Amino acid sequence: MRHVYGWLLLLPGFILIVAFTHYPTVTTFINSFFSNQTVLKPKRFIGLDNYEYMLHDPIFMQTLKNTLYFSLTTVPLSIMIALAMAIFVQEKIKARSIVRLAYFTPTILPMVAVANIWLFFYAPEIGLINQVLHYFGFNEYNFLGDRDLVLGSTIVMTVWKEAGFFMIFYLAALQGIPKELYEAAKIEGSSPWTTFTKVTFPLLMPTTFFVMINALINSFKMIDHLFILTKGGPDNASNLLLYYIYDVAFSFFDYSYAATLTMVLLTILIIISLIQFGLIEKKIHYK
Amino acid sequence: MLKLIKKVAIYSVIAASLLTSANADKTKLTMYYPVSVGGPLTKIVDSMVYDFEKQNPDIDVKAIYAGNYNDARIKSLAALKAGEPAQLAVMFSIDVYDLIEQNAIVSFSDLAKSQEDKKWLKSFYPALMENGTTLGKVWGIPFQRSTIVMYYNKDAFKKAGLDPNKPPKNWDEMVSMGKKLTNDKQWGLMIPSTGYPYWMFGALAKQNGEVLMNGEGTKTYFNNPKVIEALQYWKDLSSKYKIMPEGTIEWGTLRKNFLSGKTAMMWHSTGNLTAVKKNATFDFGVAMLPAKEMRGTPTGGGNFYIFKNTTAKQKEASLKLIKFMTSPENSAKWSIGTGYIGISKAAYETPALKKYVEEFPPAKVARDQLDFATAELSTYQTGRVRKILDDSIQAVLTDKKSAKDALNDAQNQANRLLRDYK
Amino acid sequence: MKLLQKIATYLLALIWILPLFYTFWAAFHSEKYSANFDIFAPLSIQSFYDAWNQAPFLHYLINTFTLVTIILIGQMILCTLAAYAFAKFDFYGKSVAFFLVLMQLMIMPENLILENYKTISYLNLVDTTWGMAIPYIASAFGIFLLRQTFKTIPTELDEAAKMEGCSQLGILFRVYIPLSKSTYLAYALVSVSYHWNNFLWPLIIANSNNVKPLTVGLAIFAAPESGVQWSTISAATLISVAPLLLAFLIFQKQFVNSFLHTGIK
Repeated sequence: MRHVYGWLLLLPGFILIVAFTHYPTVTTFINSFFSNQTVLKPKRFIGLDNYEYMLHDPIFMQTLKNTLYFSLTTVPLSIMIALAMAIFVQEKIKARSIVRLAYFTPTILPMVAVANIWLFFYAPEIGLINQVLHYFGFNEYNFLGDRDLVLGSTIVMTVWKEAGFFMIFYLAALQGIPKELYEAAKIEGSSPWTTFTKVTFPLLMPTTFFVMINALINSFKMIDHLFILTKGGPDNASNLLLYYIYDVAFSFFDYSYAATLTMVLLTILIIISLIQFGLIEKKIHYK
Repeated sequence: MLKLIKKVAIYSVIAASLLTSANADKTKLTMYYPVSVGGPLTKIVDSMVYDFEKQNPDIDVKAIYAGNYNDARIKSLAALKAGEPAQLAVMFSIDVYDLIEQNAIVSFSDLAKSQEDKKWLKSFYPALMENGTTLGKVWGIPFQRSTIVMYYNKDAFKKAGLDPNKPPKNWDEMVSMGKKLTNDKQWGLMIPSTGYPYWMFGALAKQNGEVLMNGEGTKTYFNNPKVIEALQYWKDLSSKYKIMPEGTIEWGTLRKNFLSGKTAMMWHSTGNLTAVKKNATFDFGVAMLPAKEMRGTPTGGGNFYIFKNTTAKQKEASLKLIKFMTSPENSAKWSIGTGYIGISKAAYETPALKKYVEEFPPAKVARDQLDFATAELSTYQTGRVRKILDDSIQAVLTDKKSAKDALNDAQNQANRLLRDYK
Repeated sequence: MKLLQKIATYLLALIWILPLFYTFWAAFHSEKYSANFDIFAPLSIQSFYDAWNQAPFLHYLINTFTLVTIILIGQMILCTLAAYAFAKFDFYGKSVAFFLVLMQLMIMPENLILENYKTISYLNLVDTTWGMAIPYIASAFGIFLLRQTFKTIPTELDEAAKMEGCSQLGILFRVYIPLSKSTYLAYALVSVSYHWNNFLWPLIIANSNNVKPLTVGLAIFAAPESGVQWSTISAATLISVAPLLLAFLIFQKQFVNSFLHTGIK
């Protein structure tokens, strides 16, 4: 009886989760072994052809590289700044709540709006940053039109948007650190920096780890800004994997190749999760 | 709780059925359309649709603005695949091969049966029919059509000691004048290289005496020496002659650059004309693009298409709507409101457009340029072929590849994609 | 050191708020000043008027509101039930089911846009609010969060309720939900802000203006191709973010506190 009751309670949610997570994962996997179906050509089994095409697809290679670079820079940078922010607003300073508000506000803006705003900053000649550079007699930059700058520019913008969100987690964690530890450190005469490295930072490790994993998983679906800022250009220099999947699926209508690309994305996500589980097993028992 | 939900559900079903039955005898049309230049274009479309509905109370049109050309294509094709009803759309003139391959559209040659309809099909400027005609049939009716024109700042010309009524006629003049116009605060020229780089490139190639593809949409000529030369010239404008900024130039913000005096000349769609006219605080001119071996520009913009999955009654209504939207009067209204080309000779003979062109001569530059126009890049697998060329152009402009390597690679990739279509 | 930290604190705050200030500047001045700074430039609300008239922002606003509400209500119901099952019942396959649910934390619906789009179109839900909402209604995060909270509630309390003749669902409604209020609040805030700002999935599903949420409407309205003026885009941006921004300013304390107390850590 309890078995039935338990399943009945679970079922509505469970069905939806299976329908939009597990079922599509399986069909993606299957479709990646078939050719694309068009009106003229029916779909047929082609084995690993899609995967082979992928390995020779320069755009895929570029977007994969960009995606990893994007994730592995935005996440640590955001986390570092978030930690600094949390420590800053822990202090008793003037206008503390306003400062905290300033840090947090970008988080509640949609990425589309953020991209719109930053477009005004990055635009050459008429953009804000270039106007300031020009005013002080520096060289101007074509942030979104230069292949060496464009990815970095989107990273800076993303860090700006995300840091405040992670700050909240650190704020929560900092409150959990016993005051006595700090007092003890003070009595021993340790400098603020030593206190940070020896007391605060180690105690924040679980939070850092938790935020890091979730931020990483989240970062692989951050492509909203590309729709506004660069469309992935110039020449794919700012293109990301999910945006390429969107392009292949919805502008080229190549569903089976899009499925193949999606498999790469899923593999990366699964690897990250495995790392998470592995670390939990090994040493982190906080959760 | 459950009772309440039940009640709500019942009432909403009743309400829905009442609503639909009230409209049951109307022919319903859903139309997607794109906008890719400035100005309140959606307002103009809405007002035209409104007028049409007033004249035809038995037809109900739902016009959906879907974003840029790419978005409009994605939306309408996705809707079709999902079994959503859409009867007609304004889409890129170059989407025609994809639409035929997807078996999504019907040809107007098959729909136009009466003598009058056949005459109507012949009433448009022939250059505008090129992209919509293939396999011996007409598939697209021109609507928001353009050519690339050169906007230039007459005040800046005067300041640089140039004659404001003599814009550059050829490539060399454009460079020499561009050098005079370039200074600490202003560039000589900007050609946009995001959004639609292949389109701008089509102009440069044509001016150098070459086109980008064959008429069947099965072969590209990306690595033809003349085409490579054209891309080299584009690159030289910034790296060698220094009259244009390095890197890519944004299609969307270029108009603002021009209007705030950051560049003395810009190449852009004539569809921007009215927006430039409204916002310019200086005296500006509009000229045909300069020549190398000849003048040249691709046509551009959107055609009307009718989808296959449409009842006979809806087809008839769609045709009616398209005829209305492309009538000389409406074409004139559209041209004045936006800067797009009036699509037929008759449009330029309407009193409204006649008067407008007289008062504002730049309004006819794009049309006159039709004499030198060629079709816009359009092949099977258009989306992908286009992306290949776009990426290659950007790779050259951002210093990743030489013009020759980039276009050789592009040609190879295009060959691979088009292999099956020959 | 102290001084340095202070400078850094305020400088960072300034950088973090500057873009928003700029948006206000551009929105409240005419286009002429949007890339041109002059403290004495005349203020104007023309841009808001233009934006409001050029696109149906009221419609978008209502659509977003409906979308967020449907998702929230759905999540509250489904996640509560599932979390209750996981927290208080033993049933066959429970740990496997829990593992499968948690998989959604790493593979989110956005990662599978193509297949999920096919499902939605198979269900005939393209261009509907339900189509945008349904993949998110069962949220692993919500289930996990509520399960953790429910587990902290001592079993003596449900024994007592049982004595008084409460059914299983009665216990859920009388004991568990009231005692988890702060978790619900925190989760609601997270969910609302996430879905208010969500873009990619609604972009794929929504076509008509009767369905498009603010983010999609804003993106299409402000796309660089359309060459809308910056001041107008800024005004449109502010219109889109204003409701959430205001709500945040009002509920700031609750927002941060609920995070701090519910143990999202």
